[in-house]
Amino acid sequence: MSSLTRRSALAFGAGLTLGLVAVDESAATPADAAAEIAKFTGGKATESGEIAIDLPEIAENGNTVPLSIRVNSPMTADDYVSEIRVVGDANPNAGIVKFHLTPASGRAEVATRIRLGGTGNVTVLAKTSTGKFFADRQAVKVTVGGCGG
Amino acid sequence: MADKPRLRVPSEAKKGDIIQIKTLVSHPMETGFRKDEAGKPIPREIINSLVCTFNGREVFRADIEPAISANPYFEFTVKVEESGTFAFAWVDDNGTVTTAEQGIAVS
Repeated sequence: MSSLTRRSALAFGAGLTLGLVAVDESAATPADAAAEIAKFTGGKATESGEIAIDLPEIAENGNTVPLSIRVNSPMTADDYVSEIRVVGDANPNAGIVKFHLTPASGRAEVATRIRLGGTGNVTVLAKTSTGKFFADRQAVKVTVGGCGG
Repeated sequence: MADKPRLRVPSEAKKGDIIQIKTLVSHPMETGFRKDEAGKPIPREIINSLVCTFNGREVFRADIEPAISANPYFEFTVKVEESGTFAFAWVDDNGTVTTAEQGIAVS
């Protein structure tokens, strides 16, 4: 799948979701998320299926949503995941967090707790030391948004 | 940020083990998107960075945005080849840096 196809599919899917819920006017748009993704990849094509994202399908409280990420990678000096980027399309800012890893990480596994302002998609991107980009995403339905306001 | 950061780092490991580290600091992570009772925006104040080094070398860094929950929690792994000290630094938007250290014995 080319990056263009993937991104438009992403934007389209997210657009559909946003159309169905009341959206805070300050929320990022799928276009903002796509821009954040393009900033990370430099417009390069991404491969899917290499990132396992553990996020609840339904988050009752958007203030604290557990997120675990595992990227397939040998994590050797020659081939390791150097950066992991998390982007959400239903938050006031699309960017959520960026992790920097090294071969000394041993595994490309991180976990944190994030805020989600509404129902939308969370996209996780990874950059390898060999110049590859991975991307996978998961939709999360948020009952009570976590951005105040 | 009066509370001491909470760390979970194994106290010992075998050479070449991949260990898991868990960290948490108390912080409201004020997003900048909320308003007070008078309708005035509450200014953003978050922990914007966490850096972990082992024996002086960076092994993990997170660039943090307001979408990380209050009391920011992070979990990551490190492959240890020698005994040493993990040093952690959390940077607040207001310039305060909170630090913590923990040693590990590697056999």
